[in-house]
Amino acid sequence: MSENLSGGAQPAGMDEIYAEAEQWHVNTGNETIHAKRISGRWRTIKWLAASVWLIFFLGPYLRWDGRQAVLFDIPNRQYHLFGVTVLPQDFWMLSLLLLFFAILLAVATALAGRVYCGYFCFQTVWTDVFTLIEEKLEGNPAQRRKLASAPLTAEKIRVKAIKHLSWMVIGFVTGFSFVAWFYGAGKLWQDFFVGNANAAVYAAVALFTVGTYVLAGWLREQVCFWLCPYARIQGVMLDRTTVVPTYDEGRGEPRGRMQKGETEATRTTGDCVDCNQCVAVCPTGVDIRNGQQEGCITCGLCIDACNAVMDKLGRPRGLIRYASLDEIEGQSVPPMIARPRVWVYGAILVLALSGIIYGLSSLAAIELKVLHERAPLFVQLSDGSIQNKYTLKVLNKTNEDLMVSVSVEADVPVTVTGAEEPIAAKHGEVNPGIVFVKIDRDHLDAESVPLTFVASATQPDGTEVQATRESAFFGPRP
Amino acid sequence: MAENNPFPGENNTGHFWDDNLRELKNPPPRWWMIAFWASVAWWVLYAILYPMWPALPGQSDGENDFTRGILGWTSIKEYKQGVEQVEAVRAQYDEQIAEMTPAEIIEDPGLLQYTLASSKVLFGDYCAGCHGSGGQGNPGYPVLADDDWLYGGSLGKITETISNGRKGAMTAHADILTEAEIDQLANFVVDLAEDGEGSEAGWALYNEKGCQACHGAEANGVLAELPNGDIVTVGAANLTDSIWRFRPGGYESAKHTIKYGVNQSGVEQTRDAVMPAFSQQGQLEGKLSPQQIKMLTVYVHQLGGGQ
Repeated sequence: MSENLSGGAQPAGMDEIYAEAEQWHVNTGNETIHAKRISGRWRTIKWLAASVWLIFFLGPYLRWDGRQAVLFDIPNRQYHLFGVTVLPQDFWMLSLLLLFFAILLAVATALAGRVYCGYFCFQTVWTDVFTLIEEKLEGNPAQRRKLASAPLTAEKIRVKAIKHLSWMVIGFVTGFSFVAWFYGAGKLWQDFFVGNANAAVYAAVALFTVGTYVLAGWLREQVCFWLCPYARIQGVMLDRTTVVPTYDEGRGEPRGRMQKGETEATRTTGDCVDCNQCVAVCPTGVDIRNGQQEGCITCGLCIDACNAVMDKLGRPRGLIRYASLDEIEGQSVPPMIARPRVWVYGAILVLALSGIIYGLSSLAAIELKVLHERAPLFVQLSDGSIQNKYTLKVLNKTNEDLMVSVSVEADVPVTVTGAEEPIAAKHGEVNPGIVFVKIDRDHLDAESVPLTFVASATQPDGTEVQATRESAFFGPRP
Repeated sequence: MAENNPFPGENNTGHFWDDNLRELKNPPPRWWMIAFWASVAWWVLYAILYPMWPALPGQSDGENDFTRGILGWTSIKEYKQGVEQVEAVRAQYDEQIAEMTPAEIIEDPGLLQYTLASSKVLFGDYCAGCHGSGGQGNPGYPVLADDDWLYGGSLGKITETISNGRKGAMTAHADILTEAEIDQLANFVVDLAEDGEGSEAGWALYNEKGCQACHGAEANGVLAELPNGDIVTVGAANLTDSIWRFRPGGYESAKHTIKYGVNQSGVEQTRDAVMPAFSQQGQLEGKLSPQQIKMLTVYVHQLGGGQ
């Protein structure tokens, strides 16, 4: 297309532009796209990738140590991941997780275009399932179009009602499963249907039901075209070496039917017979033969369609295939491993992942925070010694209540008041305590003396846990 | 008009200018119109359910200057419900505290935390103006975070101080003593504060001039110790420790106090040292309830120097 545009200054070139503009079609959803469903290699892979989403529906029923294996307990600020309990204080790991997925998306896009969109995105997967139901109920695309323009009969109402009802049921199950990750699946089943769950639960389920129904049932590819930011971001991350579904123009053109009397050997046409199967199967309704474009979610269904036609004609497969622009144009393609982008993305991925693994493996059982009193910064006592006040915050991240003893380490002799008795630290909570530290004036040779607070406790199973915190002792200028 | 339409089948409005300039019918998309009417419906529904209109003539009762929605919702009602919820949570603690002595509160870690956290506001409202936000004191106002107490630092004494207030008194000695005697006593007090020992001549003058009547035989402000550990004082400062009642302390400051005394009427440069009574029976009537005084007692006791 760019070649046509380059002659724009010439009157002849203008004609070409106008000719092209007539073909230019912007999909604004005026027409429902009824894609033909066919089988094939990429179709199978698409189902396999989509089946990962079963985890979303079944995951909440997985048990671990007598509770839901993965439960994001927002009211109690506790996030259970199998054997690990993560508290909000550990949430720096979430940023690494988000970084990991963001970069993963970038890597995947740089290497293979919008594979996420084509195979895994919930919009694609749910739409796929919704249209499958539509096909089962209303028949193939031609029958569907006919039904759409047919007058309203009892039969049409029946079919449409079943379809919309099934869509809503899927939407409801989607919302219900989503909430189960946060509310607990067992509790949700008990509470939901008798009206005992809270308003947030019902609101979330309702929102998901309506959202799923509207997005996957009605908006479909319009979401990819006009709503989804990822589609736009991913589009600009492609380069000439990115592998995307591509029509081999050199092999296919000039497209068309063979003239009468021509044989395979003598035909003047290219391999493309202009059967439009690639357009018919496309879930976003694009014509891949126009080149890579915003509507293409790289799902590979046009490849399946074209290969089936090529098989019938006895021509080699791969007229449409996963290929990079360089490859199609016959340029040398560097192996993936030689592309700096792959290395940079890969390094960030590894860093983020190791951060998460480090975080999860080194989750401290208790955490100690020491807040130095500022008003007064220090107090002179009647014996001349200096006293500082500290507020301790002991966070107990274990699942048991602990008795946490606090001690203070310093280079000079210190007297600690308030820490004689251990702090009773309730599990999953921040437990406050107040401690006074006293230092004799003779031992104070600076305005500030470093202190280390040590909190230690013994867990019921006998393991010692410890947390330390640096702080400082302040006194008057010596 | 339609028969004159030079652009038939174009879906124009039939309005033409300059031969070919014409107005087309391009209605907004259906979804846009649906959203538009849904918004209008929302607005109407909102106006019925929630307060939205000003009061109709004759409907205003001065307080509620608006037409109520049928849900009866108002923001002040929601606020009051929120306050009620907080009060309900606090009530559990407050009821327990009402039955307990300050010493018992300190023994209970949960109630102690509640008392310290909630009394911080009381302390800020009633105490911090003079004694500082953290009890660090101010010039003329004692530090509450140290262990030096003019009237005793036990829970009982602190309650007494908050309830009834304190007003110390010290005679102005400018006309009673000679300049040399004042000078010697000031030096004696500085010596006491620095090493706890004064010169013999100093002790002699201290006793001769009657200082011990208030500051005690040992100059530590204690007149007698009771069997229960409480001390009997008149609020005179402990001269033997390193804490000065009137800052900045030291020779000049001590001399000033000796010369002009404390709370002496008619003496222009006298030290001011008055703490008002905060109980409901006190001078500032209705200041603090017994519960509030109890909680403040615990708070002050825990500032760092309670005894």
